[in-house]
Amino acid sequence: MFDDLRDLYQEVIFDHNRNPRNFYVMEGADRKVEGFNPLCGDRLTLFLKMDGDKITDASFQGSGCAISTASVSLMTEVVKGKTEAEAEALFKQFHDMTTGKEEEVNLEAIGKLAVLAGVREYPARVKCATLAWHTLDAALKNEQESISTE
Amino acid sequence: MTTFPIEKIRADFPILQEKIRNKPLVYLDNAASCQKPQQVIDSIVHCYSHEYANVHRGVHTLSVRATDRYEGAREKVKDFINAQSTKEIIFVRGATEAINLIAQTFGKANIKAGDEILITAMEHHSNIVPWQMLCAETGAVLKVAPINLQGELIYPEFEKLISDKTKLVSVVHMSNALGTINPVEKIIAAAKARNIPVLLDGAQAIPHMAVDVQALDCDFYVFSGHKLYAPSGIGVLYGKQALLEAMPPYQGGGDMIRKVTFEETEYNTLPYKFEAGTPNIADVVGLGAAIDYLVEIGMDNVAAYEAELLDYATAKAKQVKGLRLIGEAKEKGAILSFVLDKIHPHDIGTMLDSLGIAVRAGHHCAMPVMDFFEVPATARASFAMYNTKEEIDVLIDGIESLIEMFG
Ligand SMILES: Cc1ncc(COP(=O)(O)O)c(C=O)c1O
Repeated sequence: MFDDLRDLYQEVIFDHNRNPRNFYVMEGADRKVEGFNPLCGDRLTLFLKMDGDKITDASFQGSGCAISTASVSLMTEVVKGKTEAEAEALFKQFHDMTTGKEEEVNLEAIGKLAVLAGVREYPARVKCATLAWHTLDAALKNEQESISTE
Repeated sequence: MTTFPIEKIRADFPILQEKIRNKPLVYLDNAASCQKPQQVIDSIVHCYSHEYANVHRGVHTLSVRATDRYEGAREKVKDFINAQSTKEIIFVRGATEAINLIAQTFGKANIKAGDEILITAMEHHSNIVPWQMLCAETGAVLKVAPINLQGELIYPEFEKLISDKTKLVSVVHMSNALGTINPVEKIIAAAKARNIPVLLDGAQAIPHMAVDVQALDCDFYVFSGHKLYAPSGIGVLYGKQALLEAMPPYQGGGDMIRKVTFEETEYNTLPYKFEAGTPNIADVVGLGAAIDYLVEIGMDNVAAYEAELLDYATAKAKQVKGLRLIGEAKEKGAILSFVLDKIHPHDIGTMLDSLGIAVRAGHHCAMPVMDFFEVPATARASFAMYNTKEEIDVLIDGIESLIEMFG
């Protein structure tokens, strides 16, 4: 019935939505930033542990749609061990992919985040996917106040 | 019930023939804005093709024609809500502008520090924020009457909040987030007993039921054209003549004056005192056409047909496992707000869209209502007189399939 939607709702997304990874309140986090999408009410808190400019651990709490939950869950997995610069570069690639700026998805650079490429066909949902990354960006820039994608 | 002319009505709305993602459109976002019949579309085309000029300003034929159409529409609005006089019908952009107008004129003239404005916990942001702004400016206090888990106003609590300090009661006639129809007769009677003016936000009620402002005895009634099968950008503020006379004007400019010198300006009479500048002429004509259309069908027939739709939809929705209705008031208009266990409303919205079904997913400009029910958002199917039971079947099938897909 939902054949058209399979590009957006891939099995990996359902999996991360059902069982989000790194889904806990981190004790002794170095960075803690809240992200909010007022349009749909998605709300998340991102926790980072840093060693210099390296992200050594990442976790999150919050509630949102399947796309936003899967996106933040995947993000916490892939940014562990990355430097700030590497994470920012990944954010840019992710942003280009989800907004359709990049015609071709650079699979090598983007890795498993490619499952979220489908949102570019759904402009109303792009913000669900990018909320996690905007929140990470704020955390890396050490902005403590909550950020919003609206 | 005589049979409702559903097929004829559907044929009048060209957009209902539209295909969305290769499926027939099932448009269930009517509470946000509803579609327009050909008669309304034609009236606007006709206005611009044959009857358009500025109003109230020219001696030339076209201006006279345009003025006749514009004032004719005011007459239709007056009859539609049974106002006493066309002086009581002010054209504005919509419900939002009407409420802001009242806050900035009536409010500023009559509400002072320590006074209270009473609303309910189910208001649309447009009946919250203008009052918060007024309170910030004047030092008045906004009081909020609570609702229960069915989404109904807790009337005894409301009554307790009325006091000598209350200077205005402003409540929604029918809630856009919950569908609840408020006991406005009781509310108005209680306020009248203390001489407190009552504003009804009729943005949702007006397309679903016959409204008689004299029988209600409300002081202000506001609504938007775009939810009444009319164009967007046009709405109505009804106010009792004596109140409107006493209110200072809203905006200054052309049309709202009688005489201007640099020393002094004499304001125009009602309703023009509140209609500064060139109005939205063609859309007023469109609103008149929408009212003609509805009058021919009969608002009581619309209400009866939609009640059947709502009962049908509610019964079917209740059989869906994991579906929780948000808003189960006994008195309810044709709105079905719901959440699904473990599935976010935004995902519901996208999935239903892929089946051609348009519903709203979000907070419906009523964030306090979402907080009360402890949900971030809801999915909302809102019905209009052109919807059918078959479309409700498509909706329910869609919901059941997406639950299955989410697993
Ligand atoms: C109950 C209620 N009041 C007011 C409004 C505001 O109407 P508008 O945006 O047309 O000014 C709406 C529209 O959603 C509404 O549902």
